[in-house]
Amino acid sequence: MSIVGLFAQLLAILLALALAPLLTGWVNQWRAWLQGRRAPGLLQPYRVLHKLFNKESVVAEHATPIFRVAPYIMFGCMALACGIAPTLSTDLPLAPAADAIALVGLFALARVFISLAAMDIGTSFGTLGARREMLIGFLAEPALLMVLFSASLITRSTSLAMIVETLAHQPFAIYPSLAVAGVAFTMVSLAENARVPVDNPTTHLELTMIHEALILEYSGRHLALVEWAASLKLFAYSCIGLALFVPWGVAEAGTPVAILFAIPMLVVKLAVGGVLLALIETINAKMRLFRVPEFLATAFLLAVIALLVHVLLGA
Amino acid sequence: MNTLLAQSINLFAVVLLVLAFAMIAQRRILTLIHLFTLQGAALAVATLIVGYLTGQHHLYFSAALTFVLKVILIPILLHRVIQRLNVRWDVETLFNIPTTMLIGIVLVIFAFNLAAPIAGLSTSIARGTLGIALACVLLSFLMMIVRAKAVPQVIGFLSMENGLFFAATAATSGMPMIVELGIAFDVLVGILILGVFMFQIREQFDSLDIRHLEKLKED
Amino acid sequence: MLVLDWILIVIAGWLALGVAGIGALRNTAFVARVLFPAGAVLAVALAGLAVAGLLGTPETAVLAIGLPDLPFHLRLDGLSAFFLLVIGAISFGISIFAAGYFRHGEGTPPGLMCLEYHLFLASMALVVLADDAYAFMVMWETMALSSFFLVTANHRVPAIREAGFLYLLIAHIGAIGILLCFGVLQANTGDYTFANMRAQSLSPLWASAAFLLATVGFGAKAGILPLHVWLPEAHPAAPSPVSALMSAVMLKTAIYGLLRVSFDLLGAQQWWWGVLLLAVGLATALYGVVFSAVQTDMKRLLAYSSIENIGLLFVGIGLGVLFNAYGMKALSALALTAALYHVVGHAFFKSLLFLATGSVLHATGERSLGKLGGLMRRMPWVAWLSLVGVLASSGLPPFSGFVSEWLLLQSFLFTTGLPDSFLNMLVPVLAAGIALVAALAGYTMVKFYGVIFLGQPREPKLADAHPASPLERAGLVWLGAGCVLLGLFPVAVIGLIDPVTRLLVGGGIAETVRANGWLLLSPSSPDRASYSPLVFLGVVSLAVLLAVVLVRKLYHGRLRRAPAWDCGYPAQTARMQDTAEGFGQPIRQIFEPFFRMRRELPSPFDAKPHYRVTIEDHFWHWLYLPVARLTSAIARGVGRLQQGRIAIYLLYSFVTLMVLLVVVKS
Repeated sequence: MSIVGLFAQLLAILLALALAPLLTGWVNQWRAWLQGRRAPGLLQPYRVLHKLFNKESVVAEHATPIFRVAPYIMFGCMALACGIAPTLSTDLPLAPAADAIALVGLFALARVFISLAAMDIGTSFGTLGARREMLIGFLAEPALLMVLFSASLITRSTSLAMIVETLAHQPFAIYPSLAVAGVAFTMVSLAENARVPVDNPTTHLELTMIHEALILEYSGRHLALVEWAASLKLFAYSCIGLALFVPWGVAEAGTPVAILFAIPMLVVKLAVGGVLLALIETINAKMRLFRVPEFLATAFLLAVIALLVHVLLGA
Repeated sequence: MNTLLAQSINLFAVVLLVLAFAMIAQRRILTLIHLFTLQGAALAVATLIVGYLTGQHHLYFSAALTFVLKVILIPILLHRVIQRLNVRWDVETLFNIPTTMLIGIVLVIFAFNLAAPIAGLSTSIARGTLGIALACVLLSFLMMIVRAKAVPQVIGFLSMENGLFFAATAATSGMPMIVELGIAFDVLVGILILGVFMFQIREQFDSLDIRHLEKLKED
Repeated sequence: MLVLDWILIVIAGWLALGVAGIGALRNTAFVARVLFPAGAVLAVALAGLAVAGLLGTPETAVLAIGLPDLPFHLRLDGLSAFFLLVIGAISFGISIFAAGYFRHGEGTPPGLMCLEYHLFLASMALVVLADDAYAFMVMWETMALSSFFLVTANHRVPAIREAGFLYLLIAHIGAIGILLCFGVLQANTGDYTFANMRAQSLSPLWASAAFLLATVGFGAKAGILPLHVWLPEAHPAAPSPVSALMSAVMLKTAIYGLLRVSFDLLGAQQWWWGVLLLAVGLATALYGVVFSAVQTDMKRLLAYSSIENIGLLFVGIGLGVLFNAYGMKALSALALTAALYHVVGHAFFKSLLFLATGSVLHATGERSLGKLGGLMRRMPWVAWLSLVGVLASSGLPPFSGFVSEWLLLQSFLFTTGLPDSFLNMLVPVLAAGIALVAALAGYTMVKFYGVIFLGQPREPKLADAHPASPLERAGLVWLGAGCVLLGLFPVAVIGLIDPVTRLLVGGGIAETVRANGWLLLSPSSPDRASYSPLVFLGVVSLAVLLAVVLVRKLYHGRLRRAPAWDCGYPAQTARMQDTAEGFGQPIRQIFEPFFRMRRELPSPFDAKPHYRVTIEDHFWHWLYLPVARLTSAIARGVGRLQQGRIAIYLLYSFVTLMVLLVVVKS
């Protein structure tokens, strides 16, 4: 563990915490533009967070501590996820603590806690949200794992940092398996981050919502933390996607200066990714809930094909 | 540059495979035709690249032929057929779609293994893709089996021909020109006959459900 | 004195406690407050001795009990010591819990219960120590019988009697398989010691036969498909400490037997054995978890979850066999380590959860998930400790379930290196199935926990639920601590598993793991894969703490309690929460072909609308009922021979004798 590594690690987490709401704002802005609406300001998510933190938290009378702890745990999990994902540098002291499989477990941990919290209040919508969230979770998780498996088989490592380093180092080559895995990953990310066509992040129609139903009872600082954690999750997923499929521009061990170049590179990549996400959300319609298993099964299937193609072609 | 092009053949092969899977999973006929068109386009590009890399210029012609036939002519024909017959229903399948996809995965594994030793004998640059081509053929076959209506079956048939064509290109760098032309015309004539056939089924039974054909057997 | 002798003393101590129980047949206080805690002390002693045995050299002993000239051979080696450790560590927690659990007037008198319980423990310990087929079978049957009586403790309930009979029936089908397997293994030498079986080298055909018989025999005890039907019946029928013991420990003795036969007694392995175990294991795991997700009885839910975990264990062993058959020792050790880790992990979290359901059952008198809810406020200890069990069971980091899942997936990543082109494509795809099972387990556990402990009480009587007694809590704390420690210190645990894998395949991963430091779990090299639960937990806790502190410092900590919001709907009641059926509905819809489902839907005009859904097992209708019909048909046929007159029976014997004489002559 080097000083530079430690610095890069801290910088990566802080940058993620700071930039994640910006990414959400950017996506929202583009979505509004693409849909021909007037967009909220880029900094709107920060204003919302600030407002929510200032407000008092209203907690249901019979809520147990799980309800109050869950937002913090979700936030902590997402912070660690952003710390593991190689955003700026591959020389991360935290990277050995959790590899790609542990990362999937990390997301699952956050999901289980927020679902339990939703069930804690014991309202009809909360439990409905918990059930739907777990439904999406158990379908998305294997697909995500298979995507990561394909990348791991190519690079012979499950450590995200190593995957990026290996992929970025070898001469540019077309990996058909990675291309298919990329499509699968995009589909999983849409589902996991409660995006159209699986869920609508801006909906407030009770019967169709998933993520919103889950956090219906939260207010004040708890809601702020949940929203922030959701932004962090989107950020982490974007960074993992970039790391797997566009691995260039991430600084490697022993190159402190490269970290400085990595920051603008990351911002550019995320900006492009955000526009693409907004585009996907604009041109798709939200699916019925029971089409979602089919959607995710397709993602799962694509990930399996990616794995098979890798074994067949060795690429 | 050439290595990248050679790798991109693999990519197009995988695109063909994914499209074959997408056809199995697809419920709507219109989308099915679009997917078929895409598959034809991917096939044409792949043929073009193989032609360029191996210096076999007759492959350019077959690429052009594929493009004209499978990206322009047949899709237009199919569009006209479904417009004239007014068939916009969702596709009915004999099994549910997830089961079909699982069978599909098994077929892919089977095809990949079957092709592995054959690919070892071939010297073509795209020999690794032989397994994928075989998988495409089997998947299209599966699609023809599980679909209950005539139009998806015809698309399955055409898609199977795509797979065969790709196998020929991948394994042996293409068949002689005259054979290809012959196949091309066969396909064209085939689709015309099938088109007429579909109109006939429709006239007879007021439906395109091929299960009605079971009534035709002599008892 | 040898370690083995001390272990035998502990086992004798258990038997003595059982006999003492008979002496105080109806004295509940004495049995609960003295005998069970004493049993717990012996259990912890056994665990300690097992660690000594695990790190020491193999020891043997010959006990002159049994038939003349047919003594019991016993042997303590790495494998048996490891399972003794599991038996000791788990039964410690369960015995303490049981001390606070058994009350007056529950069917069997407490003294008899104490005898059966300790006999059960002793027989399990002796099963893993047995070194010849005779001792093994005697102990195996003792184990089956004592557990049968424990299951039917409440024998006045007809359903419980039926469950007990089903259990006994399948246990005996399994025992026949095991007996035949030993018959094949001794290869006509007539010597039934394991040492002799090890020395024989069977032809591949006979070896396969022995392996298949062992799979069926031990599979019946473990509850693999399609021999699983007894499990969801017997586990809920038994008192909770017994269900915990059966699920956490007894199922593991079947795993022990399978490992003993397929790795130790049979020499060379064939690759298709591994594929068979993989396929059966994956099917069992998927079947178990899908059924678990739709259950509405909390103990049945856990029983099906046990089936799932046994499936995962079979997958791990199957991978181990597969790698071993191709001579890949290190990878085989990796897969077996994953399986053995899961043996311990599952033992801890499943016993914890079963005991927790016991506390809930005592506190509320309800087993049905539809009538529970909101118990966290009434019984906080049980609720928080169950949360640990639930998280471990869902395979979430940093708890124990995740470590074994992680190791299993890591070993799957190496299967592309198998030298057979079919296998190196097929097997990695199976990892997808494992991932699905693990994720579904999370779904099931959220349902289990959320419906029992969270939300609002679904019945008014739940307001009177009393918290668990201190001894019950102590047992739960021990098991919960096990789940946490197993999750946080994988390197130390792998050090204990290492002697076992060395014994089984002659390789281990502990050296590599230790070389990478105690903080980091890395089975090959840190570049390839690594996981550090302590750092994981540390960073998440640090982030949580910082968030708490910073939010309070920068803003405020104001909090107001108010009625639940629920989109502003004021008239909500506890009945409007999701029920267990509701939570299982997506699973029922997605995995419809798995179930034999009957639904009664209300019509809009019903005056008293009711909805009912019943879910049954296909196997029951496909396999068991036809077999039962066939058996009764044959029995009817045979029944015709029965005339009730002595003369006719004598005639049968006479005719048989004549026929035999004629046959002998020709």
